[in-house]
Amino acid sequence: MFSCFHVSMLSSDGVDIYLSWGIMFYMRYKFHGGIHPDAFKSLTSDKPIKRPFIPKRIVLPLSQHVGSPAEPVVNVGDDIKIGDLIAKPSGYISSAVHASISGKITDIMRLPTHNHPRVLSVIIESDGGDQDFSPIHNPNVKSLSRPELIDIIRSAGVVGLGGAAFPTDVKLSPPHDKKIDAVILNGAECEPYLTCDHRLMLEKASDILKGLDIIVRILGVKQVYIAIESNKLSAIYSMERALEMYRHQRSALPGLAQVERLKLVVLNEKYPQGAEKQIIKAVLNRTVPSLGLPMDVGCIVNNIGTAYAIYEAVYLGKPLIERAITITGSCVMEPINIWVRIGTILSDLKETFGAFTAEPRKVIMGGPMMGLAQYTMDVPISKGVGGVLFLTGDEVDTGKESVCIRCGRCIDVCPIGLVPTTLMYRVKKGNFQEAESLGIANCYECGSCAYTCPAKIPLVDYMKYGKAKIQKV
Amino acid sequence: MSEELIVAIGPHIKDKISTKHIMWVVALSLMPAGCAGVFIFGMNSLLVIATAVITAVLAEVLVLAMRKKDIGAVFDGSAVLTGLLLAYNLPPQSPLWLPMAGSLFAIVIGKQVFGGLGHNIFNPALSGRAFLMISWPAYMTTWHNPRWSVDAVTSATPLALYKHGEAIIAKGASYWDLFIGNRGGCIGEVCVAALLAGAAYLLIKKYISWHIPATYIGSVALLSWAFNGRSGLFTGDALFFTLAGGLVLGAFFMATDYVTSPLSSQGKIIFGIGCGALTFLIRKFAGYPEGVSYAILIMNALVPLIDRYAFPKWFGQLKRER
Repeated sequence: MFSCFHVSMLSSDGVDIYLSWGIMFYMRYKFHGGIHPDAFKSLTSDKPIKRPFIPKRIVLPLSQHVGSPAEPVVNVGDDIKIGDLIAKPSGYISSAVHASISGKITDIMRLPTHNHPRVLSVIIESDGGDQDFSPIHNPNVKSLSRPELIDIIRSAGVVGLGGAAFPTDVKLSPPHDKKIDAVILNGAECEPYLTCDHRLMLEKASDILKGLDIIVRILGVKQVYIAIESNKLSAIYSMERALEMYRHQRSALPGLAQVERLKLVVLNEKYPQGAEKQIIKAVLNRTVPSLGLPMDVGCIVNNIGTAYAIYEAVYLGKPLIERAITITGSCVMEPINIWVRIGTILSDLKETFGAFTAEPRKVIMGGPMMGLAQYTMDVPISKGVGGVLFLTGDEVDTGKESVCIRCGRCIDVCPIGLVPTTLMYRVKKGNFQEAESLGIANCYECGSCAYTCPAKIPLVDYMKYGKAKIQKV
Repeated sequence: MSEELIVAIGPHIKDKISTKHIMWVVALSLMPAGCAGVFIFGMNSLLVIATAVITAVLAEVLVLAMRKKDIGAVFDGSAVLTGLLLAYNLPPQSPLWLPMAGSLFAIVIGKQVFGGLGHNIFNPALSGRAFLMISWPAYMTTWHNPRWSVDAVTSATPLALYKHGEAIIAKGASYWDLFIGNRGGCIGEVCVAALLAGAAYLLIKKYISWHIPATYIGSVALLSWAFNGRSGLFTGDALFFTLAGGLVLGAFFMATDYVTSPLSSQGKIIFGIGCGALTFLIRKFAGYPEGVSYAILIMNALVPLIDRYAFPKWFGQLKRER
């Protein structure tokens, strides 16, 4: 299994290129902290991603991404076709929104989304016609220039599909003073339950490589790592096979052909392995500075799903109108992976996964660690949602909060080395200045501390509150 | 949907380990040492242990009721643990009012006066022991040999013998006797083998970290070797000073008490070294032959200070701005 061999081949202009191929079966570096929750991935990891269920209506929030909301370019009553532009980016950090079904725009109003109570949304009712997007194959992908590629990605409304939904075109255009030399394709998928990235790597491995190739062409980097957690062996094999295949037709992917180091890195199974700072530490042993960005250490991390969306945008001319999600949890009779049209209302999806075996008490958009609990099922699936969990009351019973016994477990598991319990006391006492000096702003709410706390203290709640307070101070 | 959905901030799942679970596991890991103590010193030791535990639990219930708190909190096991640890620190043939008085003090003054579990500054069991030591020193220093010994009634502990100029090792007792508990001493401290078995479980299952025990025992051994020899520097018997006395019980089970030890690993190392140095100083220069309990109590008082300065580094932090 440990393979590391050199391939020498002649490139088109006659110069020998040496490539180092290989698999690192053991992660060389580690990040501090982290937890090992039960994965529950076997519920859906062997289920192929189902073809989309076509909903009768769609609610497209205009702010599914980080940054300023998109600006609608349509009016109530307009007839639109699938893939049509609905709203255009309204600033540099913004993203376009496209129609995910054909039909008539019936309303534009403020509606709840999974992470905001009121977001301006465009409602489309299906006209019952053909709802398949017909791809526009681009024959000269290889000759597209860097600005052209970024423009395609921007106009396709591609955002990071790992959860944060940061506009991908902005991520791929780092400022000139930041030199980027490495790209990590993030296949860690460390959140329990979720398997959509795992399935994508199994089913679309070569397309993901094509997407990765575009990223590499835009950034012009020499080091590329595909990082996958060790619990997804089948995905590792699948990606390895795709790399192997591409080895024989290198001219197909001109970006990757220029790369000096292309490696498949097997990561330890540990949460939060997929967090940007942690995956960079694990793969490259580089430490992103406190409150800094990956580009500060010359690195850009992209999610598996994002790479696939980039492939679709560039090769098929398809805007981001559907994504793979996992619908699972112990309440679901038939947990599934499914392609879902962006904007599908959660309650409309019910018929795709059959009945509930038990009444769900908690509906979570995203994973169980960082996902958001919903108060209603009438919210649309937006671009950043990787899964929906339906959990019973017993599973989400987090126990009664009791007093801190100072066991220090929260400190041991905090991936960024904070002291959650001390921060909790500072926040409780309203001493936000001191909480700030103890680094509360570094917390990205991975939830490891609250997961592990034996006194069942909701530490993340205190962190969130404290962070909101210091922003206002 | 018939019932309303629960809305809360993540994480939506939690580890199964709770405070209660931890306390009972630690109590369980103390069982081998207790059984060994009862085996070595006879039934009165069992009565001492039972009295201490029952008194501690009753005192906890009483104070919780007086404070109008949930009496169910007694099941978290912390009172049982306090009673056990106190009993382990008593001479085997103590009259039964001694553990009663000690447990009462440990729970009421040592723990609940400060606000109960999680708020006490000093290790409750050790503060109970300190109280007994000051109030009834004669009872607290009346030792007994193991029950199969010829002169079963009174004997000094190995450390007391050493303090008075006798070397127990020279008198025929071996390190092996010290290791398995064939010697005079407190109920729970004598059988080092049993203590280590419990401690190993706690370490492997990560209920305690290595930082405090390793630095504590290490610094006592090092300082004793360097300065506590009879013929000059670096002639001390490090193994003897580790095995004799209550060091193993103290280092693994009492100095590691979550509530009264520092939070961070760095702090724990400072704490362990401090305990070791104080234990050595008391053994060498103070009036008592043994110094583990006072050393831990003094270091307990310094924990808030240690916590203030011993912090882990943030991920990516260049230098601490303070």
